[in-house]
Amino acid sequence: MPIIRAEHLGFDYVKFNDDNETEERVNAVKNVDLSVERGSFIAILGHNGSGKSTLAKQINALLIPTEGTMWVDGINTSEEQELWKVRQKAGMVFQNPDNQIIGTVVDEDVAFGPENLGIETEDIWLRVEDALKSVGMLGFRDRSPNRLSGGQKQRVAIAGVVAMHPDCIVLDEPTAMLDPNGRREVLEAVKELNRREHVTVILITHYMEEVVFADHVIVMDKGSIILQGTPREIFSQVETLKKYRLSVPQATELAYELRQSGCGLPEDILTSEELVEALCRLN
Amino acid sequence: MQIELKDLSYTYGLHTVYEVPALKGINLKIRAGEFIGLAGHTGSGKSTLIQHMNGLIRPTSGQVFYEGKDIWEEGYDLRELRTHVGLVFQYPENQLFETTVLKDVMFGPGNQGLSEEECRKRADYALKLVGIPEDLYETSPFDLSGGQKRRAAIAGVLAMNVEVLILDEPTAGLDPAGREEILTLIRHLRDQQGITIILVSHSMEDVAAYAQRMIVFHEGEIAFDGTPKMVFSHFRELEKIGLAAPEITYIMHELKERGLDVDVSAITVPEAKRSILMALAQKNS
Repeated sequence: MPIIRAEHLGFDYVKFNDDNETEERVNAVKNVDLSVERGSFIAILGHNGSGKSTLAKQINALLIPTEGTMWVDGINTSEEQELWKVRQKAGMVFQNPDNQIIGTVVDEDVAFGPENLGIETEDIWLRVEDALKSVGMLGFRDRSPNRLSGGQKQRVAIAGVVAMHPDCIVLDEPTAMLDPNGRREVLEAVKELNRREHVTVILITHYMEEVVFADHVIVMDKGSIILQGTPREIFSQVETLKKYRLSVPQATELAYELRQSGCGLPEDILTSEELVEALCRLN
Repeated sequence: MQIELKDLSYTYGLHTVYEVPALKGINLKIRAGEFIGLAGHTGSGKSTLIQHMNGLIRPTSGQVFYEGKDIWEEGYDLRELRTHVGLVFQYPENQLFETTVLKDVMFGPGNQGLSEEECRKRADYALKLVGIPEDLYETSPFDLSGGQKRRAAIAGVLAMNVEVLILDEPTAGLDPAGREEILTLIRHLRDQQGITIILVSHSMEDVAAYAQRMIVFHEGEIAFDGTPKMVFSHFRELEKIGLAAPEITYIMHELKERGLDVDVSAITVPEAKRSILMALAQKNS
């Protein structure tokens, strides 16, 4: 059974006027069918306003579909009594690290989630320790979060989700506000969780280089899924991606440009290593 | 010299147990019309530095000069300075507040004491510069798209007729096309309007493609100051201080090592393309 499944999923934002009458309906997600395998690493791309975040927020029931159905581990997110179960199974990490930290000490912050689930105190501390270890932040457990760097804060935020033992983590542009080091740290932590703990990862990002390692890429436009496939399949469509306000990793772009000028390079180059290798092989 | 910092130091929480030195003895000269990329990891001192440039922070020691005048001297008009040196903070769209786009952009010049008509003229000029069409003037700024909101916020600063524009991560959170639109706009402001640009960025690719001078901060000091090409040639040292060179730099070095005679100083895709094509042609001739 897929961990996440959506059928004919749609979501409308409704704007009300002063008299509480519907003034405007904006259809942010429309007719999305989606199936995510347990343990996979999925990336979602799409320009600002394409519906990525609206789709993501429906995975942990922050938004309830206005059309169609979303199932998380078989649970229909529209069933109100299942809300907490859904949120335990699918955790979410947002863009701004400062908006997600509530504790005054790192391990208290991470403990907040499991505490809300009603876990035994002993067990909470075990979970906190494991979670911090899994993102490489155990050494900071006694620190004050506001003294951490952006990348460290984001890793604490991820640990807070991990401590709830979720099946799936949804990250909505977790690296947008970070410096190169912070980006690397967070991405490594996420990859490790996926690889070692088999947590399903759904990563929303505007950085194409972060997508190269995903199992599957979904591209959205105007609330619908318009492309999906492996990173190789997606990034070989340079022109199409540009049309949808996206880009490709620099190595792919350079390979594409060289091909345009007659270099006999393969169409599916993704990384620097592959490009160097292919160029050296050109007799 | 448009902006000059002399032996500038700044310490947060001075004379408390939380004392943190943020800038240490900075000497920096910025000429009118420069396009500067400012890089450095979080906590390196970049943000503290830019807040000195329009007098939001008073240095612990040292001096700040604008057009040759010490801005902390008795009688210097700091309000006036802030109309010359505009600062666009991170996520400036969070600072939009008015009921219409036009009113929002008119707010800055209004504070300068200009007439309603002059404010409107300034706002119209600034909105045209950033490419917000007239039919959006009367809409709520909150109904604009992400990229439009950011451009409207930048217009709010431009409407004050700034001579220096400092932008802190203006492309954060935008899609690739949105990033390029903002950067193209910034380049245009410099080329067409002669506005000095100081761009704080975590994207080495953006600095490589747009800036003419790159300044790297590390632990409150200037670690590198030169053309992006020059700075990125120190990519090993950059890595040690939490930064990196553009992907292209690594590709070029690797190719050179593998025996292809390319120009390792290439830092953008077009440069790399040219150099690789040339090296390949040479090899085959």
